[in-house]
Parts: sequence; structure tokens; C-alpha cells
Amino acid sequence: MNAFVADKALSSANPSADEDREVLLNVENVSLSFGGVKAITDISFDILKGEIRAIIGPNGAGKTSMLNVINGFYHPQEGTITWQGKVRNKIKPHEAVSQGIARTFQNVALFKGMSTLDNIMAGRSTRMKANIFFQMIWYGAAMREEIEHRKRVEDIIDFLEIQAIRRTPVGKLPYGLQKRVELARALAMEPELLLLDEPMAGMNLEEKEDMSRFIVDVNQEFGTTIALIEHDMGVVMDLSDRVVVLDYGKKIADGRPEEVQANQNVIDAYLGVAH
Amino acid sequence: MIFRTAGQFKTSYEADQALFPIKQDFYLVLGVLLLAYVVFPLTASEFAFKALLVPVLIYSLAALGLNILTGYCGQLSLGTAAFMGVGAYATYKFMSIFPEMNIFVAIFLSGFFSAAVGVAFGLPSLRIKGFYLAIATLAAQFFLVWLFEKWAWLYNYNASGAIEVSTSSVFGITVTGPTALPIVQYYCVLIVVTLVTWFAINLTRGRYGRMWKATRDMDIAAELVGIKLITAKLTAFAVSSYIVGIAGGLLVFFWKGAAEPNLFDIPLSFQILFIAIIGGLGSILGNYLGAILIVALPVVLNLLPNALGIPIDSATLEHLNVMIVGALIIAFLILEPHGLARFYAIIREKLILWPFPY
Repeated sequence: MNAFVADKALSSANPSADEDREVLLNVENVSLSFGGVKAITDISFDILKGEIRAIIGPNGAGKTSMLNVINGFYHPQEGTITWQGKVRNKIKPHEAVSQGIARTFQNVALFKGMSTLDNIMAGRSTRMKANIFFQMIWYGAAMREEIEHRKRVEDIIDFLEIQAIRRTPVGKLPYGLQKRVELARALAMEPELLLLDEPMAGMNLEEKEDMSRFIVDVNQEFGTTIALIEHDMGVVMDLSDRVVVLDYGKKIADGRPEEVQANQNVIDAYLGVAH
Repeated sequence: MIFRTAGQFKTSYEADQALFPIKQDFYLVLGVLLLAYVVFPLTASEFAFKALLVPVLIYSLAALGLNILTGYCGQLSLGTAAFMGVGAYATYKFMSIFPEMNIFVAIFLSGFFSAAVGVAFGLPSLRIKGFYLAIATLAAQFFLVWLFEKWAWLYNYNASGAIEVSTSSVFGITVTGPTALPIVQYYCVLIVVTLVTWFAINLTRGRYGRMWKATRDMDIAAELVGIKLITAKLTAFAVSSYIVGIAGGLLVFFWKGAAEPNLFDIPLSFQILFIAIIGGLGSILGNYLGAILIVALPVVLNLLPNALGIPIDSATLEHLNVMIVGALIIAFLILEPHGLARFYAIIREKLILWPFPY
């Protein structure tokens, strides 16, 4: 883990790099409530193109709700979301996918009855075009398309080192691998912005190291912007370029990992305040 | 040893995604096709055609249709028989309006009618799931059978209220009606079933199959990977009802010869559902295994006591059949929810590794 962490520290030690980056996603004054329960109150932050942006906070802080707002699963009552410079209207999750936003889930949400390969191929459904009659005949357009997408999927399988479980139904895989397949499925969507909801929850140290490596590789090799929710502070502080901290649905801090770490509000939120 | 896959290397994705990636599967299917196309026609009696072979094929086709909806897309339906009825009545109307029409064209066109009706009754699936959807499809079942009875235009204002198949021929061979030979009808059904099965296999292993299975396994995640649930569910309803409609057309025109509305009542729906469950939800092969079991069981039960010299009257046999089928369904739901097809898959896996345990 240490080698790439040092690498990362070097790249983020260069502050001027951030300033020329364009804003990929801008969240402005977003509020979301379910009846009387306020999940998110007046939150604003931005995600720059190419960065790893962490969203942290204690349980119930509204982190997952925030991701759900970003990918169109929840619709905020107030506030605007600007995606690639354009103000985004109310969209459906599948529209978010075609705009380039993919995500993984806190509780693994794979298609349990399908093989690893099929799960990842399902991530490319929106890109496949051959109509139902070509699909019926198979030979010709449907097969060409299938093979073309299979090649892309195989690249991702190689990248995430899951060749051996290609044909295994995902329901039979151990938890760590399921998380990896889920990442593969999200990558198959070739997203601009990848939302990772606790990618390392419930993993052992070795699996966490692997996952961290993959996240950094995805970010650096594919140039994918990543927004990540994670509870492991070591991982968050090492991986992310910038961190936004939520507590009770409000933003309490935003900045570089070392700034956030030193912020008194953040320390209070995590450790509590003496009364 | 028989299923040894060692040495069968794939060097292209095309070969890897072929219909039969393992050679032995190909030979097995070839064997089954030979049996169906050559051996059975040469050996079967008229009784075997009428009571075993043709019903097995038609029931498995209907179960295949239902399986695409219930097994692949996870949408429970109890309206199968009614959709079969739509196919049958549409074929009947085609044949009475255009008597010169090729019967196969009529049947394949009627499929589109049942597909449209299926989509219409599938619309509630966008809002409701599981048992509630089953109740909604039950509405289709009762409404359509009522319609078959009341809408006299459908059965050409017959006094009997039934539809009767007239004689028609293709390339000079009589294929439907009382004078058609059972062997000819068997071949007709077999060709249609083979073709539709091939289409169904291609659909289920491609993009649509993945969309359906994703919807079945976790619909929220499916939506978040970019699958439109409305497309996935409605195409499943359309394809399923299309196949079921064809099966309905075949049922009346190549087997029963005549039909009253109550033929398409709910017992038939249940029978098709049982075939799909016993055979294996989410598999193509299962439909055939299930249909063979469900169709052959009463026939065997009828012949067995006589052969063994045990006198059982036919009413008791009828009850015995119902009891055994009921017990089988409960047993399968508890012991092997994936049905007979899963047994085959397990045996195949074991054979590939044999003589080693793993």
C-alpha cells in the first residue's frame, strides 16, 4: 500500500494542479427531506474532474442520501445540481447512467443468479443497440455487438484480476470478490464519475489494500473521477484529494485531508464534545 | 469421461459464446433432434402422436413462454391460458377471413395479437410486484375467457360457441382439420417448436436475457446500471405472450381440432405454471423435462396398472394423477426450486469431472 500512497501524496502536494481542473459536478444548496425527517440540509460542494473526492461523516449523516441525489435516485426539494456545466433537471437513475454516472452500493447489489461475466455485461446494456429481431437470430449484428462489448468487459476483468471467477454465479462468491465484481460492473458503464458507497466495508486488511489499489488505478489510468464514502479514515486520508464532512445532514468541513483532520468541528462530530 | 472438456480450447470470443461451447453438448442435442425428427416418426403409433408427442411439444412451448416472463424476468403470471386463447382465436379469425392463408403465417402473425394483449395486461407490472401482479394477470385470465364466450364475432357466430378447425394445406399436404395425418401435424409442431426454442435461447443469452435476469434478481440495481425497467418488463411480457400465443394456435389447430372458451380456463394456466416450476424456472431445457413429466405421468398411470394386472378404475387414476403432481410440486419447491433442469446441470457438472469428485 505504501508505495502508491507516497505517489499520491506527491501528486496532491502540488496544489496548483487542482485549480486548473474544471468542475465536473456542482451541488448547490441541496436539501432533501422525507416527510419531517431532514436527510440533507443546505449542502453545497463540488467535485473536480479527475479527483478522488471523499464524503465522510458519522452514521446517519446523509452520505448515502447524497449519492442517491447525485445519481438521480432521490430528488432534492431544494437546490441545484450542475453536471458538466449544465444545470440538471429531475432525472431518472438510468438517465444518470447514460450521462456518465455509475455507482456501487453499500450492501452488495449484484444480480445473484447471473455469472460474473453476465453481471459485468449487464453494465453495458445501455450501450448495446441491436434490436430484438437481430438478437433472436444471433448471427450477424447481435453477435458482432456482443463480441465487441465482451472485449471491453474482458479488459475490465483483467484489470480487476477476476479472470478465474468469470463463469461463477456471483451468489457463490465471497464478499470481497462480490465487491470487486460490483466495481467491475460500474466500470463497464465507462463512467465520468464513479460513486463508491463504502467500497471497503467488511473487508480484511488485504482486501482493503487490493481495493485501494484498484481505486487509485481506476482514477489514474482511466482518469475517472471518483466520489467515495468510506469509514476507514486511514483509507480516506491516503486516497482522497479532498474530503467533505457531513454530520446530521449538514456540511461541517470541506478541504484537503490534512485540513479536515485538524478541523475542530470534525473532531467534535466524531469524538463528541464534553458537556 | 463422457463429458471430458479437456483440450477444447477457445481462441476467440465467437467460439466461447457459441451455442454449444462444449462438443458433447452439441452431440447430445444432435441426438435429441435425431430422436425427435427421425426415430419417433418412424416408430410412434397414432396414439403416441396424439397423446404424448404433440402435447409434450405444445405444452413445453407454452411453458417456455411463461418461463421467459416468470423464470427470466421474475414477473409471476397466472394468465397463460388466456394468452394462449388470444393466439388460438386470432389464428382462427385469420384462417376464416383469409382461407387461403398459409397456416404457419397465420399462427406467427397471431402471436403479435397475444403479444399486444400481454403487454396491455403487463402494464400493471410497472407498479406492482409478486403476488399482487399475479392477481392482476388473473384479471386477464377471467376477462379474456369471458370475452371468448361473449364476443360472438370471435367464433363466427357459431351456434355452439366453439371454434372448429377447417381443413387447410401447405404445399399440397393437408396439415390441419380432421383428415390431417398425425405424423404431419407432429412435424409441423416440431418445426415451429425447434425454431422458437432457438430464438428463445438466443434472446435469453444476449442483451435482453441479461436485462430480464437483472430485473428479476434486483430491480433497483438494474435501474441503477441503466436498465429501463419499463422496457425490460414489457419486452418480457411481449416475448412471453408471443410464444404463448403461438402455443395456443398450435394447441387448437394441430392437436385439439376444436376449442371452447373454457379450454383456456385457469386449470390450463396452472398446468403450464406447474410444468415451468417442475422443469425449472429460468431454464429453457426445464420446460421440456417438465412437459414430458406432466404429460407422460397420466398416460403411464393409465397403462401401468393394466400391465401389472392391478385393477384400478379410471376415476381413481385421475385422482392419483392429481395427487402425485401436487406432491411433486411441493417436493420441488422445497427440495430443488430450480427443478429438473437443475438436476441435469448437476449431473453434467459431475460428468465433466468424473471419475474425480472435484
